Amino acid sequence: MKIEMNINGRKRIFDIRPDELLADTLRRHDYTSVRKGCDTTSCGVCTILIDDEPVPSCAYLTVRAEGKKITTVEGIAEEAERLAGCFGDEGADQCGFCNPGIALSVHALKLSAKAPTEENIRHYLVGHLCRCSGYQSQVKAIRRYLGDTT
Amino acid sequence: MKKTKTVNQRIRSIDGKGIMMGRAAYTDDVAPKEALVIKVLRSPHAFARIKSIDKSKAEALPGVEIVLTHEDFPRNPFTRAGQGYPEPSPHDKYALDDHVRYVGDEVACVAAHDEETAEAALKLLEVDYEIKEPVLDFEKAKGHASIIHAEEGIHEMFPIGFEPEKNVAAAYHMEVDDVEKRLAESEVTVTSSFYTQAQSHTALEPHTVNARLDYQDRLVLYSATQTPFHVRRILSQALEIPLNKIRVIKPRVGGGFGGKQAIHGEMLAAMVTMKTKKPSRLTYTRKEVFEATYTRHPMRIDMRLGATKDGRITAIDCYGLSDTGAYGEHALTVFMVTGSKVLPLYNKVDAVRFHGDVVYTNRVSSGAYRGYGAIQGNYALESAIDMLAEKLGMDPVELRQKNMIAEGETSPIFEIMGEGTEGTAMNMETCKLDHCVKRGMELIGYKDKFPRREIGNNKLRSVGMAIAMQGSGIPYIDMGAATIKLNDDGFYNLLVGATDIGQGSDTILAQIAAEELGVDVEKVVVYSSDTDLTPFDAGAYASSTTYVSGNAVWKAAKTMKKRLIEEAARSLGVEVEDIDFRGTSFKSKKDGEELSLSDLSNTLFYNDDQKQLSVTESYYGTKSPPPFMAGFVEIEIDKETCEYEVVDYVSVVDCGVTINPKLAQGQVEGGIVQGLGMAMTEDVKIAANGKLVTADFLNYKIPTGKDIRKLTTEFAASYEESGPYGAKSVGEIGIDTPPAAIANAVYNALGVRIKSLPITPEKIQAARMEKD
Repeated sequence: MKIEMNINGRKRIFDIRPDELLADTLRRHDYTSVRKGCDTTSCGVCTILIDDEPVPSCAYLTVRAEGKKITTVEGIAEEAERLAGCFGDEGADQCGFCNPGIALSVHALKLSAKAPTEENIRHYLVGHLCRCSGYQSQVKAIRRYLGDTT
Repeated sequence: MKKTKTVNQRIRSIDGKGIMMGRAAYTDDVAPKEALVIKVLRSPHAFARIKSIDKSKAEALPGVEIVLTHEDFPRNPFTRAGQGYPEPSPHDKYALDDHVRYVGDEVACVAAHDEETAEAALKLLEVDYEIKEPVLDFEKAKGHASIIHAEEGIHEMFPIGFEPEKNVAAAYHMEVDDVEKRLAESEVTVTSSFYTQAQSHTALEPHTVNARLDYQDRLVLYSATQTPFHVRRILSQALEIPLNKIRVIKPRVGGGFGGKQAIHGEMLAAMVTMKTKKPSRLTYTRKEVFEATYTRHPMRIDMRLGATKDGRITAIDCYGLSDTGAYGEHALTVFMVTGSKVLPLYNKVDAVRFHGDVVYTNRVSSGAYRGYGAIQGNYALESAIDMLAEKLGMDPVELRQKNMIAEGETSPIFEIMGEGTEGTAMNMETCKLDHCVKRGMELIGYKDKFPRREIGNNKLRSVGMAIAMQGSGIPYIDMGAATIKLNDDGFYNLLVGATDIGQGSDTILAQIAAEELGVDVEKVVVYSSDTDLTPFDAGAYASSTTYVSGNAVWKAAKTMKKRLIEEAARSLGVEVEDIDFRGTSFKSKKDGEELSLSDLSNTLFYNDDQKQLSVTESYYGTKSPPPFMAGFVEIEIDKETCEYEVVDYVSVVDCGVTINPKLAQGQVEGGIVQGLGMAMTEDVKIAANGKLVTADFLNYKIPTGKDIRKLTTEFAASYEESGPYGAKSVGEIGIDTPPAAIANAVYNALGVRIKSLPITPEKIQAARMEKD
């Protein structure tokens, strides 16, 4: 079946199976920043924005995305680049497998809250497992980023 | 210490931007689109013989390209451990075998045109099993009637105590002086058993591999591995493919922690591609990662300490029983580290003994995991030290200060115990444990907070601590090499076998080269871990990279500098002694004439006595200088529910000079939080039939961003003469202290000693009820 989505501001039409998951569809079409880590919507590496809301795409049927606005990290490149700088300054980037998903959640957090507290940030990070950093450097980097831009 | 411009400076990682922006980088990102998808049929039984496999229906399914069973592989036993050669692990694994030894063991694999077809084909495979009695209790494994490895052909590479007929994968015994005698003479003794659990690595990127044949008909494997060169060697030996026909490339890796030191999936992908001549890809599901890769070795450790009344520790006896699971990967070496990187902490004893067995069981294989035995031993010893302090009526910190190893000292254990073999004698040229302990006390506020305070609301806050050591590579065994190549316009390629698995080694190795060559880090372009293009490196394990690979890079940079000075002298018509090397330029001390690096390199490429300047240097350690640390934790615990959380974890670390302070901090803090996971929540559980219960992140609980309130991390001023720019390694040291520190803090709060990990509120409750 055919489906139409707006991905990062561009109209895309894909041929899909009805039982296909959005993470697989996106990866197949070279949106490789959308990663798969757990298959149970626990880890956050497949996070994308659907109509500006963070969603784990590994449990989202592609058919449900008909006509929706999809954002992957490639769609927020400037923001991701700035966040990368903050991660770099805090030593928060290690293996990086979780980073594009975090960038999208941080972007959504910025859209949703005026001045997020550390508590807000930690709450957002619960959906993004990281086995490398111990989280504290990520929290500092995100605070630095939000302070810079909000 | 000489003033440095790049080393020991806060420099952003060289790849963080591209990774954050989502550029294709990881193994699955670079898999060919048309690759066959491989799916693995895994055993539903803990122990069984495969009587037959009928693959006809699966093969007949449209879209299925090939089905492989044990009959399709040459019968060469190997170890998946991913170690140097000859390995200290028994060769007890066949790529596929006619026996399955744990729930999740590989039975067969299917390669099909898409995932759905491959999965459908798995269901069409008809396997007839002869079910055998599994061995699931590791304390009953030795001498059990059920023998897990009775197959022909398996062997040890050199004596490691391998006795498969007794279910023993390895055994070890060493003793200094007479422990029984010294313990009998001791005025105060402590005897206690401790249990550590299986822990899962849970790198966020699952184990991933893809294979293809290139236009020269060579097998090219992209693998999320910590050991590309070992992978090439082991594949060649097991599958009988000439080494020169294999290329292994490690792309960006999404975390390893020891879990990707081993071969997982590479054999199957290689065989599918060799047989079909088509590219193939295999990505483990998270369930497969949990069920069928590795865990940390569970252990029982019996610790006996003897001391004089005034607190001199006179004897330590440590007996261990380690569970290697279905295969003996890292069986001996993890076990030995439980002694060799723990017991020297208290080096002033008269007698010390370390002994025990590593047994096979029918559960998922244990293997390398950050800490590598030291975290298990540390939990037992550092718990027992607090127990001894209480018996002596001494402050536990004071007892440690009185007995712990100090700079300039040694321990006989270093010479006795190595990596499966004899060790290497060494003095502690750098050991700032004394500072680490004192500074840690200050940072946590030990004097005011020990042992506990009431904070109202039915809650207590208490502190606990532990000290730890690790190593810096495996001396005389593991080598790392680096090539530096000059380019026109005066920038360099740094080619290293060293394996960046997310810890930032590409960045710190570039920093070392840039410092020595006097250029900015951007002028050193790093390419790592490609068996065709980079020089050899044993890989990312055993806290090797900063010290071993870093020394190789440092040597290569020094040699390149020498070559550059020679060329500049020739070009300027002066002697080498007359050249003032300034990194981006050369100045003649004779006449002040200057030559830029850019001009020199362009001339060397195009105009005068043309040549490619390229140097390769290698390094292997002649010792393994330990990083040390003191870890102090403050917890807040509810007196009724016994639920607790970490208020602050203070780490004061001596890892020599930090090449990149922020990345080193990341190594420590990441290690601390993994260690806290092991201390507090993580527990790989199997059911009575051997089936894994904790097969996803919902049931296997690793720390999240909300679980740890604060981490405080500091580095001691320290300069290790034998390390690159004074550095020791730092990859593992962070993980060791949390289990004992938490156990000690819980004891200091409620007066109950939890002797098995993880330390859950339920266990604390049960211990309190028992006490009352």
